[in-house]
Amino acid sequence: MQQKKTTAKTAAKAKAAPKATVKKAAPKAAPIQTKPETKLEELQSERERKTVLMQGNEAVSYGALDAGCDFFAGYPITPSTEIAEILAAELPKRGGVFVQMEDEIASICAITGASLAGAKALTATSGPGFSLMQEGIGFAKITETPCVVVNVQRVGPSTGMPTSCGQGEIQQSRWGSHGDSPAIVLYPASVKECYELTIRAVNLSEKYRTCVILLLDEVLGHMREAVRLPDLANVRVISRIKPTVPPHWYKHYDENQKYLSPLASYGEGYRFHVTGLTHDQLGFPTNKPSEAADMMDRLRKKIVYNLRDLVQIESYMMEDAKIAIFAAGITARSAKAAVAMAREEGLPVGLLRPLTIWPFPDDAVRKMLRDVDVVVVPELNQGQLVREIQRLHKESSDSKIIKIQRVNGKLISPQEILRKMKGGM
Amino acid sequence: MATIPQRIIHDYLRHDKKFPHVWCAGCSNGIILGSIIRAIAGMELNRNDIVMISGIGCSSRMPVYVDFNTMHTLHGRAIAYATGVKLQKPNLKVIVITGDGDCTAIGGNHLIHAARRNIDLTVILLNNNIYGMTGGQSSPTTPHEAVATTAPYGNIEPDFNICQLAMGAGATYVARTTAFHTQETQTMVREAIEHPGFALIEVIAACPVIFGRLNKKGGAPEMMKEMRDNSVPLSAIEKLPPEKVEGKIIRGVLRKEIQPEFTARYADLVKKVQGMGGES
Repeated sequence: MQQKKTTAKTAAKAKAAPKATVKKAAPKAAPIQTKPETKLEELQSERERKTVLMQGNEAVSYGALDAGCDFFAGYPITPSTEIAEILAAELPKRGGVFVQMEDEIASICAITGASLAGAKALTATSGPGFSLMQEGIGFAKITETPCVVVNVQRVGPSTGMPTSCGQGEIQQSRWGSHGDSPAIVLYPASVKECYELTIRAVNLSEKYRTCVILLLDEVLGHMREAVRLPDLANVRVISRIKPTVPPHWYKHYDENQKYLSPLASYGEGYRFHVTGLTHDQLGFPTNKPSEAADMMDRLRKKIVYNLRDLVQIESYMMEDAKIAIFAAGITARSAKAAVAMAREEGLPVGLLRPLTIWPFPDDAVRKMLRDVDVVVVPELNQGQLVREIQRLHKESSDSKIIKIQRVNGKLISPQEILRKMKGGM
Repeated sequence: MATIPQRIIHDYLRHDKKFPHVWCAGCSNGIILGSIIRAIAGMELNRNDIVMISGIGCSSRMPVYVDFNTMHTLHGRAIAYATGVKLQKPNLKVIVITGDGDCTAIGGNHLIHAARRNIDLTVILLNNNIYGMTGGQSSPTTPHEAVATTAPYGNIEPDFNICQLAMGAGATYVARTTAFHTQETQTMVREAIEHPGFALIEVIAACPVIFGRLNKKGGAPEMMKEMRDNSVPLSAIEKLPPEKVEGKIIRGVLRKEIQPEFTARYADLVKKVQGMGGES
């Protein structure tokens, strides 16, 4: 009886899963050939799918495994280390690779190399390591190599407050690497969402052939919540499309594939070239302005042409709201509580929360700015999120923006949001 | 190996795609590439199984010209990318092409740790004693008192002995030669690729256009002659009087020993863990 109920519940959840993962057009290529003797399915079926207390970092680890990640290279850093520790234990059981590298630079390089050799690869870090990885993230993006970087944010700048919560990398996760590059950044707000968005991050990295970043808050990484992971049958896994053309026809960056071109791996007979230099469709370096422009266009278009697939938001009690709170991650949880408290007092308050923070949900925010009189933006930094709201606000809106910003290691409470909201109105 | 025809290198180049190359007239890099290709041709390896990975610099432009699986990565990071490729597909032969600045300055950390792990990579380090691509700045192997654009009054720093560095870090195959000694380079490349562990070959290369001009070394032929006259094979050292060895480049295989290799160790670990049963 209990079992039946679970199945129905998880099935329903799967139905409500992110649009991208149930989209029919999503590529469903053959699974990547990993090492022999992989006992993945066997192990996964063994794992009991019952409600357990689980940390955000644990949920990320199991999300990565369930998404088919078979390669992790990383370097210890608080507050992300549990992810490395769990995968160090779990990956060898599944025939996957875990390697502790000499630093974070080596970690991002190793996962990119592994991905080009066919792995679904992931690393996890925090602020200082994330800064070190920026050049490598740019390389993964320009070479269109799928990989996932989990950044469990702590308070910065520099070493900052390693065990305290901050949201200081919202802009860095978009602009951290030099030059213009595509950015897909996901931002969970609960332990369950850590699991779901890790799977989504891996899926999107495979589909869009890019480095996808998962931003966590320190509190979320370490907080434990009751979670029931879905049955594996209900987890939609997307793997990169493999080329079907003979090697001499293969273009590593094929413009005829809606910017989502097939990807060969090293050792499969497609002797392609990959470079961090601006390159042509075959991957060879170029200085021709027309080819350089084509490459940059390709990187941009694969994001902007697919916003509907990429952007995910949660809209909570926004239907009749005249006051909106716009918040992400852990701060959105305080915001949700503040909404409930305000509604009890009869105030028409709602919450808009981005699950995809980059590309930024411009359209949803524009609508919010049109519909409400006041927008409250609480965040654990000195104005990184509100910057985007102001950018869209300038276009056409006379709604009032109330900023709540804090960088001292403490969270913003629901009461504080409510107080500032009332004070600012 | 001497039977490998000179023309064989053309079979391995990406002719229709990326020529002319970027190297200056008189540069040793093409000569060394020739030795590498002849070594690989002599081994009859399937080129689909060869991955050539480089960082940034003059020598690191090499992969784009050859018809293997190739990767031109970030400055200093070639070994880190190579580690990822090798761990994911241990059956591939992974060759890293790097330079003195790329491998021992910005990439020094990756070099020592890959050597320590004894991961089966073949690192071919083309040492021209200078940053050529950026126009002649001093590198960790610029000799003491040599001139560079960032050491206009002579380099006050001591230089690295790359082979000793690699051996100290645990590399299990370490060799040194020069671009002049093409047959020796070819033999060493073959040995290094066949060696099951971390292999490093330091190939002394001439940069007549930049290092040569700054240090009044003459042209390419003079620098090649210097490589010939100013180096001694390891096997000859004992027979020579000390004054004939002093200050010379020592050529030869400095270390060759078999130690447990990293990807093999990892495969053993996987086997062991999977044998432990399904407990978690």
